[in-house]
Amino acid sequence: MGSSGVARLQGLFAVYKPPGLKWLHLRETVELQLLKGLNAGKPRAPEQRVRFLLGPVEGSEEKKLTLTATSVPTLTTHRLMRGPAFTSLKIGVGHRLDVQASGVLVLGVGHGCRLLTYMYHAHLTKDYTVRGLLGKATDDFCEDGRLVEKTIYGHVTREKLDRILAVIQGSHQKALVTYSNLDLKSQEAYEMAVQGTIRPMNKSPMLITGIRCLYFAPPEFLIEVQCMHETQQQLRKLVHEIGLELKTTAVCMQVRRTRDGLFTLDDALLRTQWNLHSIQDAIQTAAPRVAAELERNLRWGNQQLPCTGQPHNSKGPISTLEVESHSGH
Amino acid sequence: MLALNFLQSFCLSLPGTGITGYFKKKMALIAQQIPRWFHTIKLSSFIKAAQLIKHSVWPGKILLNGVSAQALLPSDNCFLQWGFKTFRTSSSWTSSQSAKSSRQESSSPTQSSLLPSMSEQSEKIPSFHSELPLEELDDLPSVSPLQQISEEEAIQIIAHPPLPPASFTLGDYVDHSETLQKLVHLGVDLSKIEKHPDAANLLLRLDFEKDIKQILLFLKDLGLEDNQLGTFLTKNYAIFSEDLENLKIRVAYLQSKNFSKANITQMVSNAPFLLNFSVERLDNRLGFFQQELELSVKKTRDLVVRLPRLLTGSLEPVKENLKVYRLELGFKRNEIQHMITRIPKMLTANKKKLTETFDYVHNVMSIPHHVIVKFPQVFNTRLFKVKERHLFLTYLGRAQYDPAKPNYISLDKLVSIPDEVFCKEIAKASVKDFEKFLKTL
Repeated sequence: MGSSGVARLQGLFAVYKPPGLKWLHLRETVELQLLKGLNAGKPRAPEQRVRFLLGPVEGSEEKKLTLTATSVPTLTTHRLMRGPAFTSLKIGVGHRLDVQASGVLVLGVGHGCRLLTYMYHAHLTKDYTVRGLLGKATDDFCEDGRLVEKTIYGHVTREKLDRILAVIQGSHQKALVTYSNLDLKSQEAYEMAVQGTIRPMNKSPMLITGIRCLYFAPPEFLIEVQCMHETQQQLRKLVHEIGLELKTTAVCMQVRRTRDGLFTLDDALLRTQWNLHSIQDAIQTAAPRVAAELERNLRWGNQQLPCTGQPHNSKGPISTLEVESHSGH
Repeated sequence: MLALNFLQSFCLSLPGTGITGYFKKKMALIAQQIPRWFHTIKLSSFIKAAQLIKHSVWPGKILLNGVSAQALLPSDNCFLQWGFKTFRTSSSWTSSQSAKSSRQESSSPTQSSLLPSMSEQSEKIPSFHSELPLEELDDLPSVSPLQQISEEEAIQIIAHPPLPPASFTLGDYVDHSETLQKLVHLGVDLSKIEKHPDAANLLLRLDFEKDIKQILLFLKDLGLEDNQLGTFLTKNYAIFSEDLENLKIRVAYLQSKNFSKANITQMVSNAPFLLNFSVERLDNRLGFFQQELELSVKKTRDLVVRLPRLLTGSLEPVKENLKVYRLELGFKRNEIQHMITRIPKMLTANKKKLTETFDYVHNVMSIPHHVIVKFPQVFNTRLFKVKERHLFLTYLGRAQYDPAKPNYISLDKLVSIPDEVFCKEIAKASVKDFEKFLKTL
């Protein structure tokens, strides 16, 4: 059971990180739970060793001693002598989330850690829901930081907010095209632009591929952001800047990741499900989708896309997952 | 030098296969020809090993004159002798073995200590006293390797792989030590004990019949079940070095303080180190709890029976926590006493977690002190559980913790019941809804 247990534990799965928990603690908790599950398997049958023992030969008249090979039970491989069968597991963490943020966190186990690297190089976008609060400004852009300024926000309307968000998206769109290092005069670039899948395939600053307001009830508002190469603190700063653009101030109350690449909230496992069986099932369910995604990336990566001076990353992926990023405003 | 080279070439030409009787004969006799200089390298280890052997058959079996062929392997001559020396059992070993039947444990590359290159001697080859200087080695009867011996004698040369005199694991010795085998059958986790070299040395040296059995019978008299003995001994292997009389005195002391037999059994099984403490220390501890908490004798007794590790653990965290309750959290003396008699674990809880939990329950959930005192279980639960459930109830509009108003939800129902029951009865929602809510936090 143990060997098949760890054989089914190779791949990627997603976990819902609750707010207030460090990603490293989460990874260690998951590792402990998996080890507990693996070590709880059925104990092995007692082993035997072959020893050459001196004894009288059967059926001979004279008392002659010979060496005979006999199987003798041995305790050297007993569970209490050797300790637990599994003492550590290779678990890798994908795009990290800081302490106050919550949401989908992709983990890889065993051979899945290699897939984490491939997913990183695929440069897929991520979805966040960001909750903001108008009327306050703090030093670290969070609600519980040190208060810097308080303002009125009565003049803010939904239209103004939408206009600001459209401006943001437009400017980031331009940056997307610039950082993608594509030769815009080529046919492939035109096709990619038509589909809306132009994006940088190497390091770049935070780029927002889509942003819209889901809910506006002053002083609270909720925006959905699709971005890449971001950190959660930059998203909080974005909320602060939106407040400044609206001629008031805003702080960020919650940053929550709803999608990371192809793992969504439905795939994410809650704390009660961080055990061996649930994780094995999650890995099995996600495996074909992950394989298809990486297959697509590899295929496109083999084709050299035309580019300006700098060659971009050879793993040029075209993912259809982010087609929805340009929802109309 | 000649013998050395001969042996070397012999060994190197026998790659890993078993050796036949012919070679066995040769090796037995060759080994004695190893030149003297070879022994000086390992002299210190010779003496050390010699002194550790308990039962010495005349005059004292030690080591080696037949340094095994292992010693000739080029890279591994200077072995670190970490770990412990073996306890010589009564089986007989020869010094003759092949180079490759060595006991190199390849299983654990992370362990640094390796096997020394010595082996033990058989009864066939005449042994010498440990304090004899090396010159005496010359007095050994010189047996030529080409001397013929009969088949019966040859077959009686037992060429087991030798027991390593030092090792990092007890697994090397378990098949040859009755003590260890009986301990494994009892359920003692030797893989944990072998991490403490002193403990492992002790266990190897003890004899089951004489020492261990007495203590086991004593423990059974106390009331420990057979299946509890294993976990007890894994934690408290030091009890074997305690004097049986002292243990009996301590039990008598506890009985004199009106702890019933069942109480004592429970205390000993929950806090295995209890009986290692001297009577004065136990007395001091009991006195401390009685004075600090100002509880009656009976209540102190109940407290200690429920959480006996109060007697074995350090007192500083307890003092710290009492100060925290009184000064930082603002509970009164009788409130603290009440909470502690209900949940003794509060005395040894982590200070940071206590303050965080109290901060959330008192300031965010707005629950006053007198309600918290009625339900001290809230200090025993994880903070995230309290937070999640409170937020869910707030979302549903059912977060009402004031006993005076209707639809009151008590704190113990909030924290101490499992998720399904909580969702169905308190929150009146399904578990799926709760999970969906958790994913929006």
